[in-house]
Amino acid sequence: MSKVKEILEKNKNRKRDALIGLLQEIQEAEGYISGESVLEVSRHLGIAASKIYGVATFYNQFRFEPLGKYHIMVCRGTACHVKGSASALKTAEDILGIKAGKTTRDGLFSLETVACMGACGLAPVISVNGEFYAQVTAEKFRKIIEDIKAREKKV
Amino acid sequence: MKINVNGKDIEALEGEMLLSVLKREGFDIPTLCYLEGMAPSGACRVCVVEVEGQANLMTSCSLPVTAGLKVKTHSPRVINARKTVIELLMGSHPDDCLYCDKQDKCELLALARKYGVTKRRFPTISRDINMDVSGPSIVRDPEKCILCGKCVRVCEEVQKVGCIDFSMRGFKSRISCAFDSALNVSSCVNCGQCVTVCPTGALMENNSIEAVKRALESGKYVVAQHAPAVSVSLGEEFGLPLGKDVDGLMVSALREMGFKAVFDTSFAADLTIMEEASELAERIKNKGKPPMFTSCCPGWVKYLETFYPGMIDNLSTCKSPHQMLGAVIKSYYAKKEGIDPKDIAVVSIMPCTAKKFEIKRPEMKGGDFEDVDLSLTTRELARLINIFGIDFKNIKPSQADLPFGERSGAGKIFGASGGVMEAAVRTAHYLLTGKELAELKFEQVRGLKGVKKAKAVIGGKEIKLAVLSGLGNAKDFLDSLEKGLEEADFVEVMACPGGCVNGGGQPFSQNKKAVSERARALYEIDSAEKIRVSHANKALKTLYKDFLGKPLGEKSHHLLHTSYKARATKDR
Repeated sequence: MSKVKEILEKNKNRKRDALIGLLQEIQEAEGYISGESVLEVSRHLGIAASKIYGVATFYNQFRFEPLGKYHIMVCRGTACHVKGSASALKTAEDILGIKAGKTTRDGLFSLETVACMGACGLAPVISVNGEFYAQVTAEKFRKIIEDIKAREKKV
Repeated sequence: MKINVNGKDIEALEGEMLLSVLKREGFDIPTLCYLEGMAPSGACRVCVVEVEGQANLMTSCSLPVTAGLKVKTHSPRVINARKTVIELLMGSHPDDCLYCDKQDKCELLALARKYGVTKRRFPTISRDINMDVSGPSIVRDPEKCILCGKCVRVCEEVQKVGCIDFSMRGFKSRISCAFDSALNVSSCVNCGQCVTVCPTGALMENNSIEAVKRALESGKYVVAQHAPAVSVSLGEEFGLPLGKDVDGLMVSALREMGFKAVFDTSFAADLTIMEEASELAERIKNKGKPPMFTSCCPGWVKYLETFYPGMIDNLSTCKSPHQMLGAVIKSYYAKKEGIDPKDIAVVSIMPCTAKKFEIKRPEMKGGDFEDVDLSLTTRELARLINIFGIDFKNIKPSQADLPFGERSGAGKIFGASGGVMEAAVRTAHYLLTGKELAELKFEQVRGLKGVKKAKAVIGGKEIKLAVLSGLGNAKDFLDSLEKGLEEADFVEVMACPGGCVNGGGQPFSQNKKAVSERARALYEIDSAEKIRVSHANKALKTLYKDFLGKPLGEKSHHLLHTSYKARATKDR
């Protein structure tokens, strides 16, 4: 049985108010919300897929593509914004060829923006697979990505 | 209870919303998100009023009245607030009104005019969302959307299709299908109820006006046919009273535009009845699995195929009337007139957006040609009449062409919910007993109610009937049917609430009165008609004698019947 089916089986008698919790559990298990799992939830709860998609896109926490091997979170909180996180993000998007919320076609990188990470003193901040980088200017961001790419090539 | 509006005492009832009271008393309160008969959403904020004792302006649509309420509907503060709301809406609305398909029917534009918006107060920011032109029936332009949510509510609450909903958040908010997929691969059934409630040009029919103009100048033999519900609504587009039958004017206008022949789809409604009543009799005789569903409504057919594929076998195999007529025009009529069917173009004038989808269904194509080439809505016809510079109100009326201009009253009432059922019962009774019904009027299936149940005794046998309009009602009925809580032998379903008189292609009306007036007009035409039963239609008898043979015969099977298939969509 797929992970999604297991989760739904476990929540057999839940009604439409369980939607967000179910989506969270599915994302936890699969790393993202796939189209197929939206349809599964739709059938399970009797809610139209358009509504589930609407709810899921309303919240920043839900992803619709699998995470990359390297998941980059860019802080877009106020302090980071003042310190230039917008241009750092733009650079990363340009280098990777994806928008925030997406995953590169080779599956190596995924990019996500988050509100404050709580490390304003180090602004602008990013994290790669949970590891924090401080004062990430556009140039520094480029270097971080290129280092990862070089490392991956060697492997 | 009494409330006070602009210094005048007014009677109001417990539980009423302020807006309903104000509208009833004739106060001019603008609305963009208000839907008559449905719970208020308070989304658009243009119905705000000043309430004594309240610091903020209140949305009248969602304010329950209380005794002694003191309200100002047009104080300078209220007027200013409304104007600002409109200006803000226009700040993210493209200002290409000159080219917008909605033209003078746009409610946002009308309010901007009314509240004196003549300057661009906020810079226009594009939301940069692509148009969706994938659908055969409906075009979506999310840039023009003001997020009033009426389409979502109609689709979800009335039709229970739920193909569209709000997605994203903040400035990125939009109405979209699941996964931002296109309409053509979604569960949209093309009913067009969303189009009829959209206040702007964000939802429109997939316009075929240019295609019809091209056909008319192509040298082809272009014929028109018009559905029963069109003649009682078209007049509204020209300022005529609600429910005025403009059949003769419309026929003349179509001729003036260059249509070689103008036929009445009501003739084919009679034809449908002959086939469908025979099919019903056959099913009952052969103890087929009840109930039999009508199949005239392409929105309903697609709904069943998408949501209840297990019940496809319960659908009548009859094509819808205009498809039948198209097939007969390109076979019988072509031969009779000595025209090569490939030189004929059939244009259907329909109160419907789903017909644009239906004419392209591969299952319709019995022979080498599509039965119908183009389908126009009532609204599009009105615009075409204006383009051709026809003085509609003063044109000399004329009658539809023979042989497909002859119709019975039964064929005409097809345009209202319950009409198909009533027509079918009149003929089924005759087919099974050889006698006419003593009383033709079948009161229980008339009216705008979404669910009507009745019984008819035909030939000593009691038949259970149900008439459903609005797909939400159909869904509830089907669910009960599946659970065995409901029983029926014959079920008429029309996707739009009230039937074709309230179709997705009908003139934009602001109230339910238009719908009931259109229906009333159809029944009036029926009661005044000399021939009121389909089987007495003389031209129809000739068609069977000279060409088709008998109902459900070999030729009928080939030309007038179709098949269905379960539909996979991206959101199911």
